[in-house]
Amino acid sequence: MSGTGTEAIVATDVSKVFRISHDPVRSMKERLVSIGRRQFTDFHALSPMSFTIAQGETVGILGHNGSGKSTLLKCIAGILRPTTGTIAVRGRLASLLELGAGFHPELSGRENVFINAAFLGISRKEIGKRFDEIIDFAELGQFIDEPVKHYSSGMYVRLGFAVAVNLDPDVLLVDEVLAVGDEAFAKKCLDRVKQFQAEGRTIVVVTHAADVVRQVCSRALVIDHGNLICDSKPGEAIRIFREHLHGTLTDEEAHGTGELRISSVKLQPRPGGALVTAVVDAAQAVEGVRISLEVADSGGRMIYRVDSEQLGLPVSFASGTTRFEFELGSTALLTGNYPVTVRLTDIASARLLDWYDLKTGIVASGPTVGDGVVDLGVVLRQSTHPVDGAAQALVE
Amino acid sequence: MAPRRNVPTHIREVLSYRELIGGLVRKELKVRYKQSTIGVAWSMIQPMFLLLIYSLVFSVLGGGLPRLGVWIMSGLLVWTLVGTTVTTAVVSITGNGPLVGKVRFPRAVLPTASTGAALVHFMLQLSAFCVVLLAVQQDVDWAYVWLIPFAITALLLFLLAVGLVVSAVNVYARDTQHLLDMLTLGWFWLTPIVYDYGRMSRYLGNHGLPTWLPMLNPVTSVVMVMQRSLYGVTEIDGKALLPGESVWWYLRNIGIVAGISVVLLYLALRLFDRAEVNMAESL
Repeated sequence: MSGTGTEAIVATDVSKVFRISHDPVRSMKERLVSIGRRQFTDFHALSPMSFTIAQGETVGILGHNGSGKSTLLKCIAGILRPTTGTIAVRGRLASLLELGAGFHPELSGRENVFINAAFLGISRKEIGKRFDEIIDFAELGQFIDEPVKHYSSGMYVRLGFAVAVNLDPDVLLVDEVLAVGDEAFAKKCLDRVKQFQAEGRTIVVVTHAADVVRQVCSRALVIDHGNLICDSKPGEAIRIFREHLHGTLTDEEAHGTGELRISSVKLQPRPGGALVTAVVDAAQAVEGVRISLEVADSGGRMIYRVDSEQLGLPVSFASGTTRFEFELGSTALLTGNYPVTVRLTDIASARLLDWYDLKTGIVASGPTVGDGVVDLGVVLRQSTHPVDGAAQALVE
Repeated sequence: MAPRRNVPTHIREVLSYRELIGGLVRKELKVRYKQSTIGVAWSMIQPMFLLLIYSLVFSVLGGGLPRLGVWIMSGLLVWTLVGTTVTTAVVSITGNGPLVGKVRFPRAVLPTASTGAALVHFMLQLSAFCVVLLAVQQDVDWAYVWLIPFAITALLLFLLAVGLVVSAVNVYARDTQHLLDMLTLGWFWLTPIVYDYGRMSRYLGNHGLPTWLPMLNPVTSVVMVMQRSLYGVTEIDGKALLPGESVWWYLRNIGIVAGISVVLLYLALRLFDRAEVNMAESL
């Protein structure tokens, strides 16, 4: 354990079991009728686990969707009560799960700040002292007295974040919200998190983005199927997380909904590019559909999107199998993995018909230089012009 | 987070969030009348309108009391407090799903805030009613008026208990709110508001039933204190409207209501604590 040696969070034999009824009965009549006959399945969201987080540590909780990582965070936050065991948290806890959750659309930003703070157990007096800081941080200016229903989603999130981080928490819980807002604000949030670290506060970040863990965490817990499978340095944790992700999940995840189903998406690297092949099964003839291709960066942010309409190809399906090929030209991507998603959308209703995620997408492995997404092939030169000569020329 | 807590701890925890309760009450009032031109005046117009309807009905049917308005209003104000609390408290948790799923705070704050908001309404309506009483030079019975704060306090304890129970039960069985809409209507007519207690007990007496039966409804005792003190008359044409008992008899009734409510509140908090465990995941 690092830091001052005192524990900020102590979890002892924490487990969480959700009781799932086979047919959700919500009404009293059904309840009365089915007394004694109801079938429950216990779903073990978290198997008993113990860990401590020292004051001043930044700990990442890594896990894929449905691994139980958010359940664990909610238990730490005190929103869910563990089925067994206890979690003790020392000091004031603020969680960034609730960005704007307490906001009422009809009330102004100012009024909402006070209510939001009250939910965190902070008095009006105290919030009054920090009010200006909050407004500054949220960059809302005169909009603070407008009802929040008129806010853009970005403004909403900014205000929520501003309230949470300006309340002087000892322990901060973050649930993959750092990716919201525009880039400038995301950077500001990350800076704030780093400032918190410097001030010796405890931070717990829940994420499935390994990069976030590498960037900010000093330690990571990996959760898989409700089990704590690793508690170590970020590098080791990320390795184990990746292994488990590939071992226990198929690489691709597909979701079928209606009349159309994307049965497979494959990506073949080509020299200087790639070929994405999607196979769609149609139960009957369907028209007026758009097929789109999206490429994201490792943080899940979309970096490129194109669809059949933009490319000028009308898409229609006869019953049976249809094959699409997206030929990707030059991909000047920086080294990394860029997940690919193929979507089918009904043009008239904008309804999403099916989608297919390829978690291992375009893998750019060439030696690249720089940070960001795209390799602009920058070459840096330097030349020096002696100042003396120029000055002399002017004097003459 | 903590496992089950005992009732005193639960109460302390809720009280430590009194700022939030205050904030939620203010929010409820603000939101309700936002973007309405006459705003909070609606809370006074509504009972006045009901009063108008009852007066019309009675003038058509006959058999109304003199100064019927004062009589009905005395009871109706109390009833509005009961009705508003129960109907808002029952949805106070289910209606705040995202909040309950994402923020930690003692959930009992929500039905408590509903009760608080209803109380503020009641105070507004009561002050408006006082102005009316002054205007019509109503002869209130000052010997009984001091009972009103005690009666309302006892009622609030009762309403807090009811609010806690119905809000928690509604999380697990959503029909509670619909059932309650129906039950409150029946409850209203079982409370001597449009008619009088005297008439009800005479009816019960004539049918060989115990005349104290209406007192099983805690709201009855509270309504009767309001009527006794503000209407000021206990008998018309030799027929009793209200028991011609001393102020102590009325105080005793309030005491009983308060005592029962404290017990109910204790039980309600225990039930609520139990229900709270799975609230976030049941919404």
